[in-house]
Amino acid sequence: MMTLSMEDIPHLEMETVYSRPESLSSRPTHYCPGCTHGIAHRILAEAFDELGIRERVILVAPVGCSVFAYDYFEADGCEAAHGRAPAMATGIKRTRPDNIVVSYQGDGDLASIGAAEILHAAARGEHITSIFINNAVYGMTGGQMAPTTLLGQRTTSSPTGRDANMTGFPLRMSELLSQLDATAYIARVSLHDVKHIRQAKKAVITALKAQMQGLGFSMVEMLSSCPTNWGMTPKDALKWVETNMIPQYPLGDYKMIDEVRALALERKQG
Amino acid sequence: MARELLKGNVAIAEAALRAGLEAYFGYPITPQTELLEHLSARMPELGRVFLQAESEVAAINMVYGAASTGTLTMTSTSSPGFSLMQEGLSYIAGSELPCVIVNMMRGGPGLGNILPAQGDYFQVTRSAGHGDFHPIVLAPASVQEAIDFTVLAFDLTEKYRHMVIIAADGQIGQMMEPAELPPMRPARTERPAWALTGAQGRAKNIVTSIYLKAEAEEAFNLKIQARLQEIKRTEQRWYEYATDDADLLVLGFGTAGRIALSAVQTAREQGLKVGLLRPQTLYPFPDDRIAELAERVQACLVVEMNAGQMLDDVRLAVNGRVPVKFYGRIGGVIPMPEEILNVITTEIDALAVRS
Repeated sequence: MMTLSMEDIPHLEMETVYSRPESLSSRPTHYCPGCTHGIAHRILAEAFDELGIRERVILVAPVGCSVFAYDYFEADGCEAAHGRAPAMATGIKRTRPDNIVVSYQGDGDLASIGAAEILHAAARGEHITSIFINNAVYGMTGGQMAPTTLLGQRTTSSPTGRDANMTGFPLRMSELLSQLDATAYIARVSLHDVKHIRQAKKAVITALKAQMQGLGFSMVEMLSSCPTNWGMTPKDALKWVETNMIPQYPLGDYKMIDEVRALALERKQG
Repeated sequence: MARELLKGNVAIAEAALRAGLEAYFGYPITPQTELLEHLSARMPELGRVFLQAESEVAAINMVYGAASTGTLTMTSTSSPGFSLMQEGLSYIAGSELPCVIVNMMRGGPGLGNILPAQGDYFQVTRSAGHGDFHPIVLAPASVQEAIDFTVLAFDLTEKYRHMVIIAADGQIGQMMEPAELPPMRPARTERPAWALTGAQGRAKNIVTSIYLKAEAEEAFNLKIQARLQEIKRTEQRWYEYATDDADLLVLGFGTAGRIALSAVQTAREQGLKVGLLRPQTLYPFPDDRIAELAERVQACLVVEMNAGQMLDDVRLAVNGRVPVKFYGRIGGVIPMPEEILNVITTEIDALAVRS
């Protein structure tokens, strides 16, 4: 039997094209295969690295699939009660104004049980950054109807499809919060393909910069997939985000005050 | 420092900031609103955090956040608001965070009224939130005691990393009495090692209440229980009057205990052998002293502004040694000393008949 040693392999000049961000922990996540939480986490960790703020970050994790989000970042973190992440983040930021406070919430957490807390944190212009994962379903409890579930979408608690006569219409949180005077930056992005993931990262960096400059409340809503509860393959689920969710939840910057626009331009020129 | 005429709510607010309060979050509700109003002016003056929240739910979760950063923090409310805070209080207990909560109790259930009552005794001592825990509960009976217990509350919450509730009825919050405020403590800059301050030059800190494995959750609960046992051993507090030769021991907390004292003093003037014990800590309840006294007295009489809640704790402490009677007024009605004196006289007469 022939064995190969390293010397037998031709020497190649190798370039690192991919590595784990310093802000991301090496711990394997508990997320389902094809779930986009992992992408959202990586974007956030890369943004912390690029802005050099890892040691200043305090992450507020929600109740839901991302309940253990704090385990996946090399930063201080805590666990909020269901829907209360913006209130907890307020208590943290008000007592630690020099830290970078990021709340991370899903659609049931942010738009249903925590609707009051997100609305008032935004209305007060809390200097926090909210990452809002919208996958149109309650994930952890097994795929029930969320406030962002599309009309006609079947879930385990709307088995014949969401009916507007019974449960009203999906909530568009980015549009809603962008109406508030104290919001500095509100954007909706999507995680369904590489191009959009890059846009999502840009939005996260802009949102964090807005906080670092003390410009007000910032939120990035990320359209995300849930293959497990949608009953789809990961690939089909990403396609479903593109074809079904984006028409209901159009992408774009819903609120960008002039000072934030200047920050975003700085980045383009830089 | 000189004594000055102070309203209970204002006295607690001023005592809190002098004891080191760094961040206050609250929501208006009668009869505690003056507390929030006083701090809305004083905290910004001192460069400290004051924020009026959108609800009691948000207020307690802001406290949860501020406590996570190792900041001395407080909220205040009254009965319906306290109910809304129970979720947050449970998370705070599960995360071992220090904080102070003032509950100026009013008549209930439901919206009830804004009059003084003691109907939240079970809620503050036994069910401040889901899961297995008790807060430390202090029950003042005067404006001076409200001040002293506020300072004590901050010391205890830091010492044990355990929430402290100041449970008073609206009477304590609303009345004015001469009292002396404590000196201003120097501003605190140190943060505990577990606090969320950013992972700079150290491993990351996590504040959480999740233990997915049953054994881990049990181990955590045993840790809380061990702490509560220590608190029970060392922090029982009470006020006692004329118990040495008493045949009848009257027990009451807060305003009810104070009115009962007047009745007991009058009964003594009439030659009746009556004493009084007023628990100052509702948790830990002064079990040990009550058990001792139950060996000497012939009967106990519990007086409350509720339908009989502390009564259960007295019965547990007395443990069947002597009969335990009850007199209560409910719904915001404050008992008069004469009413209590009548009950005392009746009970003393009954003892004479028995013996």
